[in-house]
Amino acid sequence: MSGEQILVVLATAIASATPLVFAVIGETLSERAGVINLSAEGTIMFCAMVGFAAALASGSVWLGFLAAAAVGALIALIVAFNAITLRQSQIAVGFVLALLFSDLSSFLGVPIVRIPGPTVPAMPLPLLSELPIVGRLLFSSDVVVYASYVLIAITWLFFYRTRAGLMLRAIGEQPNAAFARGADVIRLRYLYTLIGGALMGIAGAAFSLDFKAGWSFRHTGGYGWIALAIVIFGGWNPLRAAFGAYLFGVLQSLASVAQDQFQGVPTQVLNVAPFALMILFLVLTSAGWLDRLLVRAPASVRRRVLQTLRTAPPAALGKPFVQD
Amino acid sequence: MAAIPALRESAFATAHRVGALVAALVLLVALVLLVGESPLAVFGALLNGAFGTWDQVGRVVNTLTVLLLCSAGLVFTFNAGLYNLGVEGQVTVGAIATTFVLRLVGEMLPGPLAITLSLVAGALGGVSWGLVAGALKVYGRVSEIFAGLGLNFIAQGAAIYLVFGPWKRPGVASTSGTEPFGEHLWLGTFGRTEATPVGVALALIGLLFTILIMQRTYFGLRLRAVGHNPRAADILGVSSARHLLSAFALCGVFAGVAGALQVVGNYHRLTPTISGGLGFLGLLVVMLAGFNALFVLPIAFFFSALNVGSLQLPLVLQRVDSSLSGVIQGVLVLAALMGRGLAQRRAGGSA
Repeated sequence: MSGEQILVVLATAIASATPLVFAVIGETLSERAGVINLSAEGTIMFCAMVGFAAALASGSVWLGFLAAAAVGALIALIVAFNAITLRQSQIAVGFVLALLFSDLSSFLGVPIVRIPGPTVPAMPLPLLSELPIVGRLLFSSDVVVYASYVLIAITWLFFYRTRAGLMLRAIGEQPNAAFARGADVIRLRYLYTLIGGALMGIAGAAFSLDFKAGWSFRHTGGYGWIALAIVIFGGWNPLRAAFGAYLFGVLQSLASVAQDQFQGVPTQVLNVAPFALMILFLVLTSAGWLDRLLVRAPASVRRRVLQTLRTAPPAALGKPFVQD
Repeated sequence: MAAIPALRESAFATAHRVGALVAALVLLVALVLLVGESPLAVFGALLNGAFGTWDQVGRVVNTLTVLLLCSAGLVFTFNAGLYNLGVEGQVTVGAIATTFVLRLVGEMLPGPLAITLSLVAGALGGVSWGLVAGALKVYGRVSEIFAGLGLNFIAQGAAIYLVFGPWKRPGVASTSGTEPFGEHLWLGTFGRTEATPVGVALALIGLLFTILIMQRTYFGLRLRAVGHNPRAADILGVSSARHLLSAFALCGVFAGVAGALQVVGNYHRLTPTISGGLGFLGLLVVMLAGFNALFVLPIAFFFSALNVGSLQLPLVLQRVDSSLSGVIQGVLVLAALMGRGLAQRRAGGSA
């Protein structure tokens, strides 16, 4: 592969990973607070439709993003109410919402299938875009892509450098301890689940108004499930989750290059391959046999490998908060 | 005295069930009005689409057999406390195994024997895929939700590869699937409809088997115990590992046979999306049934009628997409879950 080709692959990877970055950061936020929003597949698909429809009606892509974020938060509110207030299974309600909103996107989206609509305008950053390689790769796209960089940085800073971020992690790990220290666990869990849902809504709009520029039936199929997997892959850390999203982008981008190289393999297989690979990797690294494999390795090496490859989920993930 | 709280609780539950149903119907009517169609016209079109001709009734029955098998299998995994999202992949692998055997022996052996072998192969395919998820869960501590989703992607990739690659139709590969099998490899039907007596028999036997196991055997009881609290079950001498694996295996068998029926009874070929989403729909059926096998049949029948009835909606009413069936199913299950949650909260709060 020539240098030019590699650059194209990476640029495509960043473009295709941008919606996913919003989704995985949103889900990480929600899960760190202790709530699994399993509706991602439906939320992203439905909000892609809503965002496109709103932008089409208003003529403004930004109103499209706003509408998608609001609807994403509303779907998250259903999850939050069931999970936090009613203390029902988060998996059950999330799964139902994933199927329901996927179908609802098709049902309500009939009038706007495959019609041209507004897209986010390109905006190369002055000076930065003229840097060699990095300029073309990172700074020659549009506001949505730049916003995703900022989101990654801000989320990381918030998680590990602010008091509120510490509280967020505490309510997902030790809600009772956090409650004893004065945290309003219920309210905070609602808050972060809603913000997470809004980010997933933005992810949907980033598909229909930016990356895929348009909407049709089940356009974002599979991305919600993969976002959930990437959150685990990222060990509930926003930086690593974002890295996972880019890795997935590279896999997809490579798959499209491979279509020219391997004529024997049907293109449809290459489209599914990144999804399968991503989950396979997740399964292999999170499995218990890694410990057994590393039994003979020196303790320091073993610790390093395990630390890099996996992290434990938030201790209270999926469990309703019941005050002691 | 003890009867009074119980009575009040069940009155609560009934009130909330009725309330949830009413709320779901109101929401659905609002959605249909939103796209600019009359709810009565939609209802009529659905009814006509599902039961208008014997052909359509036959299709409802065929869908029902597959959905029943998936749902019956999922009763085991749900009661063991598992969210077996891998059921779609198990259906797909069952269908692939069935197609493989039919391609291998379909022209050598007499039809009925080849079909029987292919059904067994479907069951084996499903059980193998189910046990992969089970082994990952039990020995690898990988959540069955994500292992299942991953295995679904892999199974679908394999089906797509086969349909567009080695098993492609002579000439040009197409999304419609592999070359259809000769009619001697099709399951016999009720009259001229597509409904197959073998499929109906298998589905009913499967459901009956599930009801008996869950309600009348110690195995069913132990499975529920494991689902309730695996650690406590282990302490009391009920191996959670063995019971979880059994649940995965049983569900795999049922899903695999469902996949086999899709091939020998419905499509007569392998298609890229051979499961047709009926595995996921089975999850909704069993959730709506509250994991109780007794309620599976009526719910699965209703959902199958919706699936078939909605297919021709866009032809009759331009503004209504066939995805309405999924919307109705999702809204009903969501309302039921919320109704149950509200009832529990009210009952808990007043106790």
